[in-house]
Amino acid sequence: MSTERSTPMIEVKDLRKWFPIHAGVLSRRVGEVKAVDGVSFNVGRKETLSIVGESGCGKTTAGRALLRLIEPTGGSALYRSTPDAAPVDLFQLSQEEMRARRDDLQIIFQDPYGSLNPRITVGNAIGEPLAVRGIAEGSELQDRVEELLKLVGLRPEVANRYPHEFSGGQRQRVGIARALALRPKLIVCDEAVSALDVSIQAQVINLLKDLQDEFNLSYIFIAHDLSVVRYISDRVAVMYLGRIVETGETKQIFDDPQHPYTKALLSAIPSPDPSKRSELIPLTGDVPSPINPPAGCHFHTRCAVAEERCRESYPESVDLGAGHSASCHLLS
Amino acid sequence: MSQDQRTESAPGGAASEGEREALLQIEGLRTWFHTEEGIAKAVDGVTYTVRKGETLGVVGESGCGKSVTALSVMQLVPTPPGKFEGGRILFRGEDLLEKNLEEMQKIRGNDIAMIFQEPMSALNPVYTVGDQIMETVMLHQGLDKAAARERAIDMLKRVGIPSPEQRVDEYPHQLSGGMRQRVMIAIAMACDPALLIADEPTTALDVTIQAQILNLMRELQEQEGMSMLLITHDLGVVAETAHHVAVMYAGKVVEYSEVNELFARPHHPYTIGLFRSLPDLASEGERLNTIPGIVPSAFNFPSGCRFRTRCPIATERCAAEEPPLVPLEEGAEHTVACHHLKEALEL
Repeated sequence: MSTERSTPMIEVKDLRKWFPIHAGVLSRRVGEVKAVDGVSFNVGRKETLSIVGESGCGKTTAGRALLRLIEPTGGSALYRSTPDAAPVDLFQLSQEEMRARRDDLQIIFQDPYGSLNPRITVGNAIGEPLAVRGIAEGSELQDRVEELLKLVGLRPEVANRYPHEFSGGQRQRVGIARALALRPKLIVCDEAVSALDVSIQAQVINLLKDLQDEFNLSYIFIAHDLSVVRYISDRVAVMYLGRIVETGETKQIFDDPQHPYTKALLSAIPSPDPSKRSELIPLTGDVPSPINPPAGCHFHTRCAVAEERCRESYPESVDLGAGHSASCHLLS
Repeated sequence: MSQDQRTESAPGGAASEGEREALLQIEGLRTWFHTEEGIAKAVDGVTYTVRKGETLGVVGESGCGKSVTALSVMQLVPTPPGKFEGGRILFRGEDLLEKNLEEMQKIRGNDIAMIFQEPMSALNPVYTVGDQIMETVMLHQGLDKAAARERAIDMLKRVGIPSPEQRVDEYPHQLSGGMRQRVMIAIAMACDPALLIADEPTTALDVTIQAQILNLMRELQEQEGMSMLLITHDLGVVAETAHHVAVMYAGKVVEYSEVNELFARPHHPYTIGLFRSLPDLASEGERLNTIPGIVPSAFNFPSGCRFRTRCPIATERCAAEEPPLVPLEEGAEHTVACHHLKEALEL
């Protein structure tokens, strides 16, 4: 673990994604939504980092900006394909260079219905990345597709079928097979199991874990379901209104959360054990609009322990030791 | 929304005080859909009871028939293609399936109200939220406009919407998802229904908002003595909210019990499998247990026990004979539909 930690595969620093707001007849730029506003994190080899938070916190935007599926506004993302390789800043690459880098960096989406083209057979969908990158063609391509289907637990014969013939869980397996086609090193799983039923969700989680072991994959797991996150992650970053408020090892976050938001979030999970009903830390109100986030600590409007200084300045990140840190005035 | 409220309303306590009177009894309900591709037996012999002042949680995976059962109670199933092929839906002892359209319209909204998963699509975007609450009470309770508006503001206050006098004139798009679901609850509760059917009421919401809404529903239920039919796929929500639970699989109830009993002693192999596939209950590093295969299609359920194709202990008998839903022991409330209860306990 420690060696992996010393040369992270990907080092994201101060990632920002601001969306402009246009208004008026002339569509003048009147401001911006700071969807992701200065987020930093590392992902080690064969490590799973989860990014959690409520809808609108910027977790999905962060994942997509990292792969430049949407162009980031600022920050850097140093990527090392091997531990000894010289780091490349993904955000400085040209479109062309970035396309080549995406062999290593893939994504799986939430909606297994929306992410597959209904007119393309699953075999072609899985083979497309290989064909586009000119890695395989003809019978070799077919063999690769069959191999990938087997890898994700589908029968090779299904290559000629269309997405509508598959269940949600099977479609998600197709999405995983497609992401694996180019032998990536990192996969961003954007709510990859959220749309699935419990029993199917467990199958896909096990598959993701097996693939990680087999191919030394790193995952950035973006999710709102904290029980899945607890199970699958090595480390967790908690986001609120565009910023990471707490990050640490999974155990630290779940057993010893320090930020009031993390505590409230964890206590809100309904426990599937009626004898252990969680003590609810009431969190009133909704997430404020990211167009106009509260001054000072963004969380102070919903925080039970907020003080005067929380309304005035955004808290610095406090190092709590052993990789655990949180941004709260009350910790400093 | 206090913490005490949450612990006070813990199910189990109330249920153990003895049997409460039944409000809604569904007996052997069959709702089938006749389509070009064949007959989909979405609900195929469902039996359960909702008692007065209690919450019945109905859990199951997508396509198990839990929502169609609820829509059948409201008679909101489109016919055709839907058709009631058998069974009874007794509400206060009267069979709703024998009511005509006009009688059902009086029952809907007045006696039985329903809230849906997606509050954005359930609310009309071109009317203010006030209009939508007022419509309900003017239609069902004959209030005039001024009284209805008072009522709308009062309801918004009761569901915890801040500055209700202002919010009453706002449109759904001006509200957040959690606020919209509160408005849906306000509309549903406006006529003091005896039974509230909530179909995945918190599935589209964030967990912190979900906790607020579940608390609100529990509070309102306690204050009004209302019964609730809570349909969800989330076992956590059931564990925190329900008094009794019905587990559905492939158009049937496979297990029914008091909530603590069910979570402590699940008996049906499907229920056991479902619990084990929860990441919450797995220890670190341990592989998740899965139920192999996928839910069978409603067009073509397996013969005999419908779970047998995914069941680790299925035998020839399971293919030949459909197991009835029977009490675990003489007089027990806990019922299970499985031929091999002894083997299931060793799973």
